[in-house]
Amino acid sequence: MRRIRTVLLPPALAIVFAALLCAVALLISGDSPLTALRVMITQVGEGTTAVDIVNSGAVYYIAALAVAIGFQMKLFNIGIEGQYRLAACVAAIVGGALVLPPVVHTLVIIVVAAVVGAAWAGIAALLKAYRGVSEVISTIMLNFIATGLIAFLIKPDSFGVLQGNNISTAPIEPSGQFPGISFGSGGTLFGMVGVAALLGLGYWFLLNRTRFGFELKASGESPTAATAGGVDARRMVIIALVLSGAVAGLVGLPELLGRDFAYTLTSPQGYGFTGIAVALLGRNHPLGIALGALLWAFLDKSALALDNVGVPREIVLIMQGSVVLSVVIAYEIVRRYELAAEQRRVAAQLRDTAAAEKAAEKVAS
Amino acid sequence: MRIRRGFVLAAAVLTSALVVVGCARDTGNTQPSAGGGTNAGACAKNAAPQVPAGGAANSAAPLPNADASGLKVGLAFDIGGRGDASFNDAAGAGLDRAISQLGLMKQNTKELTAAPNESEDAAATRLRQLVSEGYSPIITVGFKYATALKTVAAESPNTKFAIVDDNSVELPNVTPLVFAEEQGSFLVGAAAALKTQTCKIGFVGGVEQPLIQKFQAGYVQGAKAVAPDIQVDVDYLTPAGDFTGFSDPAKGQVVATGQLDGGADVIYHAAGASGQGVFQAVKAAGKSAIGVDSDQYNIPGLADVKDVIITSMLKRVDVAVFDYINASAAGNLTTLPKVFDLKVDGVGYATSGGKVDDIAAQLDAYKAAIISGAITVNSTPSSS
Repeated sequence: MRRIRTVLLPPALAIVFAALLCAVALLISGDSPLTALRVMITQVGEGTTAVDIVNSGAVYYIAALAVAIGFQMKLFNIGIEGQYRLAACVAAIVGGALVLPPVVHTLVIIVVAAVVGAAWAGIAALLKAYRGVSEVISTIMLNFIATGLIAFLIKPDSFGVLQGNNISTAPIEPSGQFPGISFGSGGTLFGMVGVAALLGLGYWFLLNRTRFGFELKASGESPTAATAGGVDARRMVIIALVLSGAVAGLVGLPELLGRDFAYTLTSPQGYGFTGIAVALLGRNHPLGIALGALLWAFLDKSALALDNVGVPREIVLIMQGSVVLSVVIAYEIVRRYELAAEQRRVAAQLRDTAAAEKAAEKVAS
Repeated sequence: MRIRRGFVLAAAVLTSALVVVGCARDTGNTQPSAGGGTNAGACAKNAAPQVPAGGAANSAAPLPNADASGLKVGLAFDIGGRGDASFNDAAGAGLDRAISQLGLMKQNTKELTAAPNESEDAAATRLRQLVSEGYSPIITVGFKYATALKTVAAESPNTKFAIVDDNSVELPNVTPLVFAEEQGSFLVGAAAALKTQTCKIGFVGGVEQPLIQKFQAGYVQGAKAVAPDIQVDVDYLTPAGDFTGFSDPAKGQVVATGQLDGGADVIYHAAGASGQGVFQAVKAAGKSAIGVDSDQYNIPGLADVKDVIITSMLKRVDVAVFDYINASAAGNLTTLPKVFDLKVDGVGYATSGGKVDDIAAQLDAYKAAIISGAITVNSTPSSS
């Protein structure tokens, strides 16, 4: 009972708090919070929104898992952004160039993406392990380099194809696409949603049921203690970052293999940073991250519906920002509250035993 | 040991050579007339082409205004929306003109705006919202809508769509509204070459992508047509895919300052909101600048730098949007030009401020030559 309270109460409080904050912001800007709420809820049933939420949620989920792997070892991989974009770009180029039978083609693209993501994160990992360069700095810099590299790769003189005023990679043939589940006019659910769920399961198993997961968390908690326990901290840094990068490499694939089939100038950006927020929301727990990803996707799609009825969509940004902040604060408050309650309980227990002992002494004497 | 000394010697020689070259370039740029020659001598300028008889008066007659009171017009803006002082605003101006001149009801129009870095499904949802509320025609602003439009337009064959800056969607209910940016840029390139004192001009592009390279290609070709020896400094603020180059005035200012320090005295920007930084740098140096998309001399937000704006390359998104609504109201889209070019005044140059009045005759001669086909303007920069 108490466990459920400590797990569920903070996010619930945070969402209520964020909603209140948004209501105030809406009132100040002269809009009705009730209209906004109604629109946000009814949009889910309209058009392809429900499916879009799950699809975007899957993308955010993978990104947040990649972040969380680093967080488990107290590594802050801000480079998910660059890793996934470069991986998606290279995977699109390879996927568009190859002619392979179905399934194999898809698998090759997925492997290429994971390898590129891992390699790009690997640069930061090696710098961290052998030169002590903070991964925060190196991954941010690598994000910029990735942007330049992508611009070079999709130039029409390199691997790009001019399409009107846009540049795109060669489209991936149907054999390389990841089939989805069609809901007719309700949209098409990406097949990669299943892959995201499997990744979550793998993440949970790795951390809680394997020796590697234990060593990873141990090195994060205390590198010195872990080293004393026989864990090679340097090796753990490299493995954690490379693994994080490999997962990051998959972030762009649900959209690439399920809808866009090519990497273009206008391919979406920013999922890496969304992943950080979602990982914070989900407290690095695979289920928490899943809920956080869906909440984030729901809010993102709400922006469109709100814009459509003339409510400023910036309200969604306020909501997203305040949810993350209040989740962090709410967990801290609940943790302190629980700590105080625990202290009171123990103190009461001690008092009781002391009183009982006194009574026993009296009886004895 | 001897080998090493050889290296040191070579390095020293090379370094001093570089220094000497650098100095020579510097003096050449900062003191253009130091050699005693006149400006005309330093920068030979060709005469304008002969205007073929009647060539200049080639503009198409405007269509009669149709009655658009029965239309419900949806407008899906690109990132920035109204207030970007660039092509979104131009599209909005076209809609406003349709409201005031074609009887289009304000309450029958709806404007939605894209968010930065959004996914394709967001663009598609935006278009579906407009479709489900019965808007037709729906005008999408920016090539980023192309993919979403392909999906949504195929789903809703009874709704009419138009897309600005893209002609890759080939569906019967989609009308492309594209421009010959290179032709307008040719004219302002010619203007820059006619105005320069240093025989060196600059181009600041927002994002190095094909659309902006069209501006660059025309500008360079126009400048070289006037002054074959002219030097054109070309810089982009961000690489392809990083769209912050259109909204970073600080970067624009730094890059423009660099070009001015290198001796350029006329700078053309195709960098959206970053252009404000370019204007500021040019104003600080007391040189000349060329605006883009709208007549930037007359934009209220740029009033404090307008005295350096000698002209602007006009990309008449407003005309295209207005003409499209007009043609939709008349029920005949075949009257729309395939490309909004110089011939139909879809692109051009601005004369506000009167700073190019002295060269207007030459510019109009080039304009006539392009319209008549005597000059063909490239839409991709030459690799040299």
